[in-house]
Amino acid sequence: MKIINPAKAGSLESNDIFIMVFPNDNGNEIELESIVIKQFGKRIKEVIEETLKELKVENAKVIAKDRGALDYTIKARVETAIRRAM
Amino acid sequence: MKLRRTMLFMPGNNPGMIQNASILGADSVILDLEDAVSIDEKDAARMLVRNALSTLDFSGCEVVVRINSIQSDFGYDDLNVIARVKPDAILVPKATSDDIEEIDEILSIIEREEGFKLGSIKLFPLVETAIGLENIRETILASKRNIGVLLGAEDLTADMGIKRTREGNEIFYARNRVASICKAYKIDAIDTPFADVNDVEGLIEDTKRAKAIGMTGKAAINPRQIDYIHDVFSPSMEEIIYAKRVLKAKEEALKEGKGVFSLDGKMVDAPIIQRAENILLKAKLAGIIRE
Repeated sequence: MKIINPAKAGSLESNDIFIMVFPNDNGNEIELESIVIKQFGKRIKEVIEETLKELKVENAKVIAKDRGALDYTIKARVETAIRRAM
Repeated sequence: MKLRRTMLFMPGNNPGMIQNASILGADSVILDLEDAVSIDEKDAARMLVRNALSTLDFSGCEVVVRINSIQSDFGYDDLNVIARVKPDAILVPKATSDDIEEIDEILSIIEREEGFKLGSIKLFPLVETAIGLENIRETILASKRNIGVLLGAEDLTADMGIKRTREGNEIFYARNRVASICKAYKIDAIDTPFADVNDVEGLIEDTKRAKAIGMTGKAAINPRQIDYIHDVFSPSMEEIIYAKRVLKAKEEALKEGKGVFSLDGKMVDAPIIQRAENILLKAKLAGIIRE
């Protein structure tokens, strides 16, 4: 999937994550801000990367603001943002 | 028999609420993709609910998803995405017999494609228009997947152009019709939610009124309503003790070769025995008694 437009999904409410995606010339890039970055930052980035891979996205800049989202929410919000960006 | 004293509505785009759905104590939860989700978030809610169903353990709590009407721009996508992660049931808004027939066919195709047991995804028509109420029999008969009907009184009274009141006299006919037809086809009749979450007394009275005419459960819109509704729909200790005495007396009468017998000076016949058995089954399902 090719990212054409900037798009966003999710929210800044507790247990959610706010995702913004932009077209990117240098492959996939992830910028993460999280209330649990010390404990789960690495895992959250992995989940975002996995989701991009599953969707065959190779040119996205992802800005993620996490409020304690579980994996299923992170995946859903990334997928929603990507589909909105196509 | 599945106990559905409460069916708790939860917004389909709220991860914090969805992931707590199974610990709130409702017999069923309804993850809502329709009225609780704004038009521009329909896609997000659909993906969130799909992921929740395929990932989270709802611990035996029945999970129902209210899709958007298949007459809308979102209903078919909802159905196609959600059915593939096998919810226990789909709640169909403003259901007609044509809608139910079509959804039944689509579900059969998806069940074959996904290797699910045919007919395993059940349906709940939502009766919330005058035409829906009058055609309810045809709607129920349109699919063997139907396991209950939910009465939506807010939309129904809006459709009728009448005022919704705390006492609910305006939905007396609707409740009776839903309860009677559901009983005839041996499916659940779920009462409309009570909208004022701060009015506990009103909720209890409203639930008692619904139970008294044969509704088998009630929708809830806030977890705080669950215990009050369960108290009304669960058998009381008095009822349980009497039911046990009826069945014991029945056993003794059988030993003595009596067809009809009396308890506390009142004749006990088949309907009373049936009621006693139902009370004990409900009490067992509700976890009030063990056997």
